[in-house]
Parts: sequence; structure tokens; C-alpha cells
Amino acid sequence: MTALEIKGLTLRIGDAEILRGVDLDLEAGRIQGLAGESGSGKTMTGLAVMGLLPARSHVGGTITYGGRDLLALTPRQLGDLRGTEIAMVFQDPSTSLHPMLSVGAQLTDHLRHHLRLDRAAARARAVELLERVRIPDPAGALRRFAHQFSGGQRQRIAIAIALACSPTVLIADEPTTALDVTVQAGVLHLLRDLAGEMGLAVLMVTHDLGVMSAVADRVAVMRDGEVVENGDRHQVFTAPAHPYTASLLASLPGATGGVRSLDDVRALEES
Amino acid sequence: MRPLVSSPLARYLVRRLGVSALLIVGVTLVTFVLTNLVPGDPVAANLGQRAAENPETVAAYRAHYGLDRPLPVQYVTYLGNLVQGDLGESQQTHRPVLTDLQSAVPATLEIAIGAIVLSVLIGVGFGVVAAVRRGQLADSALRVVSLVGISVPTFWLALVAFYVFSFQLDLAPGSGRLAPATTPPPHVTGLYTLDSLLAGEWETFGDALAHLMLPTLVLTLYTVGLLTRFTRSAVLEVLEQDYVRSARAKGLPGRTVLFRYVLRAAMVPILTVVGLAFGALLSGTVLVEEIFAWPGLGSYAYQAASHLDLPAVMGVGLLVGVIYLVINLVVDLLYGAIDPRVRVQ
Amino acid sequence: MWIVVAVLGPALWPYDPLIQDFPRLDAPSAAHWFGTDELGRDVFTRVLAGARVTMPLAVLLVGLSVAIGGVLGLAAGFFGRWVGETVMRLTDLVMAFPTVILAMVVAASLGASLLNAVLAALVVSWPAYARVTRGLVVGIREADYVLADRLLGFSPLRSLRTDIVPMVTGPVLILASLDIGTATLLLSGLSFLGLGAKPPTAEWGSMVAAAIQNFDSWWLGVFPGLAILTVVMAFNFLGDALRDALDPRTAGELGKAETR
Ligand SMILES: Nc1ncnc2c1ncn2[C@@H]1O[C@H](COP(=O)(O)OP(=O)(O)O)[C@@H](O)[C@H]1O
Ligand SMILES: [Mg+2]
Repeated sequence: MTALEIKGLTLRIGDAEILRGVDLDLEAGRIQGLAGESGSGKTMTGLAVMGLLPARSHVGGTITYGGRDLLALTPRQLGDLRGTEIAMVFQDPSTSLHPMLSVGAQLTDHLRHHLRLDRAAARARAVELLERVRIPDPAGALRRFAHQFSGGQRQRIAIAIALACSPTVLIADEPTTALDVTVQAGVLHLLRDLAGEMGLAVLMVTHDLGVMSAVADRVAVMRDGEVVENGDRHQVFTAPAHPYTASLLASLPGATGGVRSLDDVRALEES
Repeated sequence: MRPLVSSPLARYLVRRLGVSALLIVGVTLVTFVLTNLVPGDPVAANLGQRAAENPETVAAYRAHYGLDRPLPVQYVTYLGNLVQGDLGESQQTHRPVLTDLQSAVPATLEIAIGAIVLSVLIGVGFGVVAAVRRGQLADSALRVVSLVGISVPTFWLALVAFYVFSFQLDLAPGSGRLAPATTPPPHVTGLYTLDSLLAGEWETFGDALAHLMLPTLVLTLYTVGLLTRFTRSAVLEVLEQDYVRSARAKGLPGRTVLFRYVLRAAMVPILTVVGLAFGALLSGTVLVEEIFAWPGLGSYAYQAASHLDLPAVMGVGLLVGVIYLVINLVVDLLYGAIDPRVRVQ
Repeated sequence: MWIVVAVLGPALWPYDPLIQDFPRLDAPSAAHWFGTDELGRDVFTRVLAGARVTMPLAVLLVGLSVAIGGVLGLAAGFFGRWVGETVMRLTDLVMAFPTVILAMVVAASLGASLLNAVLAALVVSWPAYARVTRGLVVGIREADYVLADRLLGFSPLRSLRTDIVPMVTGPVLILASLDIGTATLLLSGLSFLGLGAKPPTAEWGSMVAAAIQNFDSWWLGVFPGLAILTVVMAFNFLGDALRDALDPRTAGELGKAETR
């Protein structure tokens, strides 16, 4: 079932053509991978869905969600969807969490705003969320601040914040790129499990094809603001339709060296 | 050996106090050296030229104030008395410097506190508006306002305000803290507004407030300009941070993002400037008090300096140094309260 | 525009700033645009003449502050340890005073004269430059290319000259240009208190002070004050423009350094 459909998305910032007609379907319970080198427009695609594009942006095309075109919504209507139905996890958890607000405050303020929970209910929900992302001592963690956690823990907290209001669509923008190699697999694994449990439609952005092959159901490849390839994971990895994908695959660190499957992820996690 | 104090905060405070005490001694030394190394002659400055020509008068004067002894002895004597809470006697008012300061400080605090509170409210407010409306009309207008604010000579502004509002329009009372016919309220804090309220004297309160208005507003303009400019750039910097984007991604209303996420982070650098602004205010009082005949620290400092009244100058320097150190301490403690990363471990 | 006025000087003056030939305390008119003062001097001429008094002194003050603060800051940043500590504690001391009060004490003990006012203001204004310079030097000293040069056998002084001074100059000069306005305010403030220019010098601050004696004649004080305001605004505006034109990142850091 299609949860969110991006059709012919174009983006111009000032004079620069950033996106030139991006098409992507996100399906409930499935992970749509989005690969491509730095600067190809992956982050901007995610931000366009969130309605968080930089100033002076001109967008075209449609992003359909629940029968409505997100690009045509008022800022207010968009604000009501953001965080509650469409959520985002950003690349670097050391900068995406507020350094001077406690984890508890950051986990509960949108719960209280969107779901109108009272203080106690929001707190209980926050503890439950931290448990689900496997933060030790969740009740104590609420009083602590971002700098008191490790990188992997911070990203888990960011995931908990994103999933707090039970969204249906999750955009994960390179959620493991800024993390230690040793914790990448754990965070990826967690995201995959939660997405499965909650029936989330996930857009998983990464420029790491190894990561991609480990978790994505479908894989799209972007280049210069265009999707050049989109298909089933096995099809894309075994028989890429576009020469650019083939060259990307060939550049993987040793055809067998990278993380290629979920089994590899598990192996990494255990090592 | 067990440490004398156990809590980290207390230990930090004790260390800060130690450093502060050293700085204070340094301040007295600098004032002392500065006022003695230079060619000015306090005897002539205080006795007048005629009396200064009579050697006997001069000798008596010097003996009275201990000026006949060698400088290091004078300084050590001063420090010794200081420890006992004796700041010496003013060569000009012939009263203990401590007594003079006790009456001058509340007068100045009454304007300075009002001015700093107003400045922070207005300046931070303006700065936030300018940042949020960056590049729009409001931003340009506030840019002009703040530019004028930091460029206007305070003494001239005071004079013009006095001329227009008191002299021409009669909207504000004249100089001083109260109308000549009003008797000061019973002394509790020395702040006339507060004391008159405590005593329930409404008319006195109204009069004191009316007299406060102009000097406070005049002092406020410069610090408003300073804070507007600084708040604007601090907020603009925070607006670009990732965590602000995260807050928006959570669907929080713009107002919540601004006050809860942006301002909290911008407050840290802004606080530093508020501390600086308070220093600027104290400097400004010297000029403003002169014009409004306000019997505060600024007037006292000016009288003391222009008559080379050494004990009084030392007293003012000491006091202002203490105020400066207290402000720095408060600012640093507030940092800790706002930013958990700098909290003492 | 004020610079033009200062440079052209007497060529623009309708009258002699010191001559007392005119009716006293005349309101502004076609003959005397800004009126005349209590001694029958032309206020317009005196305001124009004032441009040649305060502005060069403000520039001189900032120049000297940069020189003294810069050298001390370089030394503090480069030679580290106890030199640095000493200089920094000294700046702490000076900065513990409000500028006007300290300057006032110094000016009063030196005796009233414009040059002494500059000296007094100098005492309070060098520490800001010492701090900024030191901050910049400490940052650059550890940079790879400086270390590389040291490894190549450059002497400390040579690396100071070739690597560090050029990097520090730009930001410090920007700060200085921003500071000329403040310097003008401080100097005219001291003159206003009678600690700077002595009569009959046409100095803006002391002209405002003299106006207090003739409160009814508003033109005496208003015009010199406006002159100060516009000059300081112009300098601040220039400083802003310079800062904006710079790499915004450097400018931001500079702003921070300035406030510490
Ligand atoms: N704020 C911005 N203003 C203008 N252009 C931008 C901005 N942010 C990113 N870009 C440009 O948009 C393009 C796509 O960036 P991005 O989506 O972040 O790439 P990716 O996430 O694939 O690495 C890049 O060429 C980048 O230079
Ligand atoms: Mg990106």
C-alpha cells in the first residue's frame, strides 16, 4: 500500500537546479533505500517531504500523502502533519539534539503539543520509548543531556523522538554515517526492527551501498538531482539497469569486503 | 586531608572568591599608583591655590591625611584599614568614604537597575524580531535604531532630553531624585521608590518615579542598541543550527521553537553582553548624573577624580571593581544554569 | 563627509572659529546657520572646526591602542606561559574598571588637556586589542602550516613575522575601525566633563558642556552633539560594512572575541 508518493519533484534554490523530477513511492512496512553520492540531492528530497527546505526554494511536482498534496498545504497544516505522521531522523545526532534541553524535554514537548498528553502521561510514554530504543536506565536518561550519551545512544534517542507520536512515514537521512563503525549496525538493526513492528514507510537515505543492501527492500539511486535507477534490492545489486549504478557497485571496497546483507550486519554486531 | 568544602559548586565559589580578592587588591594598587605617579597635586586641588601657598596649612593637611609618609607606607596603611572596613576619609566631603558610598550607591542602583532591566527586555526583544524578520522592513528599521543607540553621545542625549521634556514641555520634573519640597522616605534600602512604597507614601513614590524616568531612559538607549545588535547576530547563528531544524521537524509551532529552542541557546552569548552592558551603564552614569544632578556614584566619582580626592577615588575604584566581579560571577553561574555542558562537575 | 570637512578645514569655514565679533547668543539665521554663542562666535564654524579636533585624536587613540594592545597580545599569545598570564591578568585589572571612571581618574591627575585625555583613554582601551590579538595568535600558533615552518627550522621571530602577523592584522584592523566611533564618544565625553579640551578650543564635547550655562539657547548644544552623533554613526556604519564584507565566519568569531 502506497503511503507517500513523490512525483516529478523539482527544486530550484536561487539559480541552482537541485532536483530535476524525482519519482519515489514509499510503501507501508517497507524500506525504500536512496543512494547516491554526496550532493546528489538526497537530503533535499527528504527535506522537501518535511516542508523544511531552505529559504528561496522553488518546488514543483507533487508529494501525495493521505490524498493531499503536501506541497500545497499551508505551513500550519504541514506543521500538524510534521512529527505526528511524517517524522525525520537526521544525519548527525551530536548536532541534531539540543545541547541545553534535557532528553526528557525534547522527547515530551511534541508529545504534549500534538497528542495533548499531560506531564505524567508524556513522561510515561517517553520512558517506554527510551526502553524500546534500548537506552539503559530510561527514567534517569530523561533528566540527562545529549552530551552525556555516546554517539550511538544519541542517535537512538533521536529515533525515539522521531517515533514518539507514532508516525506512518519516517525519513532517515544517513542515520549511521556520523556514527562509529562499531555501533552503525546496531542502530540500523534497531531502525529496521521498529519500522517492521510499526508498519512504517521508511525512506532510508545513505551514500553507503553496503548499508543499503543490508536493510532496504527497494533501492533507488540518485545522481545530479535525478533518480537514475529504482528497483528491487536483489535486482539492483545483481543486475543494475543503469551504468552509473554498476560503476557505484564496482567501487565498493572489495566486492566482498563491504556490508552486503543483513547477515553481515548481524556478524558485525556480534564482533 | 579532607577538603574543607565538599560540594563542587561551593569549592568553585571559594576558588572564585580567592581570585576575586586578589583582583580587588590589584585594583586598589592600580588606582593608588595611577593617582600618585602623575603630577597632579591633591593639596592644591582641595585647598585652593591661596591656602596651598601657606606651607603650614599644607603640612597640616598632609599630616592629617597621612600624605607626609612614604608611598608604600601609605598604601600598606590603606590596605590595613581596608581589612577593618575603613575606607578612609574623603578629603573633600570630610566624611568617611564608606558613608559617602552608602548614600551614593542606592541612588545609582535605582537608575542602573531600571535601565538594565528595560534594556534587556527591549534590546533582546528587538534583536529577536530583527533576526526573525531578517532582511525585511522591521530588520532595517531596528538596524537604524540600534545604530543610533550605540552612536549617540549620552551626555548630549541627557541634555537634549532634559531641555525638551523638563524645560520646554514640562513633562518631566527637573534634576535630583525628588522635588525640593518632598522629604525622602524613611531609610530602609536607600532606593527611594522602594522605601516610599514600604512606608506607604504614594506621593513620594510618584515623585521619585517621575524623577527616575528621564535619566533611566537616557541611559537605556545605548545598551538597547548594544543588545539589539548582539541578540540579532546570536539568534541568526542559532537559527542555522541542526537542532532548530530538528525542533521544526517535530512539528512544534514557530513560537515554541523560537522561545524554547532558539532563545535558550542564544541566551548564553547574550548573557555575556548583558554583563558588559551593565558596565557600560555604570560608565554612562558618570555623564548622566552630572546633568540630572543625581547624587549617585557617578557624580561622586567625578567630584573625587577632579579634586584628586585619593581616598574617595580608591573607594569608588574598589566598589566598582567589586561590582564588576560580582556581575562576572553571576553571569558565569547563569551560564551553568542554562548550559549543562559548562556546569561544574 | 566629515572627513572631507576635516581635511579641507579652514577653506570651508565661513568665519574664524575663535573670533568674537558677532552679537552674542543669536538664534540660527541666514548669516549664522547654527547661531552664535555666549562670546559671539559662529557656532557653525566652530562645529566644522571641531571635526579637526576630535576625529584625528580618535584615530590616534585607536592607532596607539592597536599598537600597544597588539604588541602585548602578540607577545602574550606567542611566548605563552607567564608572559601571557601577566598580560592577561593586567587586562583583567583594567577591565574591572568602567572605562569612563578610570579614564577620568587618569585625566584628572594628568591635568586637563586633549592629549592627556587621549593618554587616559589609551589606558582603558588597549586591553581589548591585547585580548583579541592573543586569542587569534593562540589559534593560529597551533595551525599545521605554522608548525611545519617551525619544523623547517624557521626561527620563532621569523615565524611570528611571516605566519602570524599577517593573519592577525586583518581582524584586528576591522575591530579597530569599529572602535573609532567608541573612541570619539569617550574623548568627547571626557571633554564634556572638562577633562579634555580647554577653552577656547572648538571641541564638540566641551561645546556641549558650555551650552549648559546658556540653557535657553538650544542651538549651542544641539549642533555639536549632532556632529558627534553623525560622525560616530558613520564610523560604526563603516565598521559594520567592513565586517559584513569579510568572511562571515571570521566576523562571527571576532564578535565573540570582542566580548570576552
Ligand atoms: N541551503 C542551500 N542552499 C542552496 N543550495 C543548497 C543548500 N543546501 C544544499 N544545497 C545544494 O543542494 C544540492 C543537494 O544537496 P543534498 O541534498 O544535501 O545532497 P546529498 O544529501 O545527496 O549529499 C547540493 O548541490 C548542495 O550544494
Ligand atoms: Mg545529505
